[in-house]
Amino acid sequence: MNYSNLFRIAIRALIRNKLRAFLTMLGIIIGVASVIAMLAIGEGSKQKIRGQISSMGTNMVMVMPNFQRRGGVSLGSSSSMALKYTDVVALRSEATDISSVSPEVRASGQVIYSNQNTQTTIYGVSEEYLSIKKLEIISGRFFNANELKNMSKVCVLGQTVVENLFGVKADPVGLSIRIKNLPFLIIGTLKDKGESGMGQDEDDLILAPYTTVQRRLAAIDYINGIYASALSEEKSPAAIAEVTEILRRTHKLKESAENDFRVMSQSELLKTVSSITDVMTYLLGAIAGISLLVGGIGIMNIMFVSVTERTREIGLRMSIGGRGKDILKQFLAESIILSILGGMIGVIFGYLLARLAGSLMSTVAIVKTQSVFLAFIVCFIIGVFFGWYPARKAANLNPIDALRYE
Amino acid sequence: MNSTIIEINSLRKDYHVGEVTVHALRGVELKINEGEFVAIMGASGSGKSTMLNILGCLDKPTFGDYLLDGINVNTMNKDAVAKLRNQKLGFVFQAYNLLARTTALENVELPLFYNPKVRSKDRKEAAVKALEAVGLLDRMHHMPNQLSGGQQQRVAIARSLVNNPVLILADEPTGNLDTRTSFEIMELFQDLNEKGRTIVFVTHELDIARFATRNVMFKDGKIYRESAVSERLNAREILKTLPLEAIEEFD
Repeated sequence: MNYSNLFRIAIRALIRNKLRAFLTMLGIIIGVASVIAMLAIGEGSKQKIRGQISSMGTNMVMVMPNFQRRGGVSLGSSSSMALKYTDVVALRSEATDISSVSPEVRASGQVIYSNQNTQTTIYGVSEEYLSIKKLEIISGRFFNANELKNMSKVCVLGQTVVENLFGVKADPVGLSIRIKNLPFLIIGTLKDKGESGMGQDEDDLILAPYTTVQRRLAAIDYINGIYASALSEEKSPAAIAEVTEILRRTHKLKESAENDFRVMSQSELLKTVSSITDVMTYLLGAIAGISLLVGGIGIMNIMFVSVTERTREIGLRMSIGGRGKDILKQFLAESIILSILGGMIGVIFGYLLARLAGSLMSTVAIVKTQSVFLAFIVCFIIGVFFGWYPARKAANLNPIDALRYE
Repeated sequence: MNSTIIEINSLRKDYHVGEVTVHALRGVELKINEGEFVAIMGASGSGKSTMLNILGCLDKPTFGDYLLDGINVNTMNKDAVAKLRNQKLGFVFQAYNLLARTTALENVELPLFYNPKVRSKDRKEAAVKALEAVGLLDRMHHMPNQLSGGQQQRVAIARSLVNNPVLILADEPTGNLDTRTSFEIMELFQDLNEKGRTIVFVTHELDIARFATRNVMFKDGKIYRESAVSERLNAREILKTLPLEAIEEFD
């Protein structure tokens, strides 16, 4: 029997049981649709996160104090006093692979304007911070060297803080707010950046001179981190090495001592985040894959029912010249058609589902051609794998018994 | 002209049911020539069904030779036997065994699907010709459930004819039909036989057997009596004498 005949016979058999064929396919449709949608959402959020990280500048280098350990107990990194402003000075004067350096001192607290208040983080930074983090002033200005030196009580607000205190699209430049009960003059506002890849609101912040934050708000003599720009993305690794070397020297660490700080570059972070989102994508895909497996078992189940129900038909086909392998191929063709057709519909549904989920979750869902191909191959394998056993059962029937089957 | 289609020599068939061996056939000698119309008769358990299964190459004898159209079936493998069934034999069953929700035409086409040499155009042509031979040309797009029992059996006969077989085997072809329809089926068989078809059928009705040219009686796994039918019935003549009420069922 040639293949066009085979498929014609299989399609006729499926058409005879349209509803059942559809319900069987439904398992595969749901499975494939969820795999496609999950992979698309995973891929979409991965690309979105990457985009956001890149928008912050791929040449950014960060220095964080290392986890402090006392007797094997990790105390976290934020309480570490390892980084000082002198490190910033050392980097500025000695490092050649980085262009600009800014300290970062963090304080969080209540911010009050008139009868409005909000809880936010105040970042104490220097003038270079804007260019390093690729932030933009939308209204007013950023603070200058003079204000840094004088510990001026000036600040620049992120858009979320503006909204929380003054309402949407207000321009509060020139007004005063109270941060931890100290009055601060608003000298500028930042352009909004949206959510970060981790779901963090990047606009919920206040920038102030690090001197002011360090002395007046946090009352500490160390800094929480250092941000710097490598000369280029390619120079990031060199910059990391250089920064490490300089800081080890200024911290007077012995040859054997571990670093009491961590240096990371944005491009490294990008790699880490990508691998995390990859794992997430595969995990989602794997969970969706389980439903595909269930769909495959559904096909096997229905094929068994079909073989039993059509025992007489099988007997007849054998008596008019159908060989065992013809019967095998026919039932295999039926299960493959079911799974491939289900796969096709599933891809379409998955695509629509991804679009819908993408718009609901305000991410882009990206359906990659690889995942579509993968879905088809998996469907074909499912069709063969789950169709094989019932088809074998049909092919091995004894024609005499099959014809007599009631 | 009268060449031998079937030649069976000292054929035995044993079944093993648990530890008991059942001797279904105990040494059968049978020869059927081209153009014969043979009725195989016998009580249940006489071996006639086993005989028909072996004739139809659905079962293999335990001992003895079966030559179909000069080919020794015993030595063939499964696939070759399937090909033999496809190209040399036509089956008609008591329960018709038509595919449900499939038109008469498609049902008749079915055997040709298993013959890779038949192209789709020739397949349809042959099916239409076979349906014409059984007088169901106007019903070719009907589903089995839209046809009467007699018509369904005609479709089944058309299906057995479509591959132009050397032998048509029928297993109680009138078993599910009323008297008049039975006679109509026998009329069709007699008609086909007159055109040269060799037909072997199993029946347990004596009057149906009298439409054949030869009767073979089985008893206890052996041929008990074999005789040419002396007063052969003509189905067409008998149908003329029957009341016509059953005809309404048809049109």
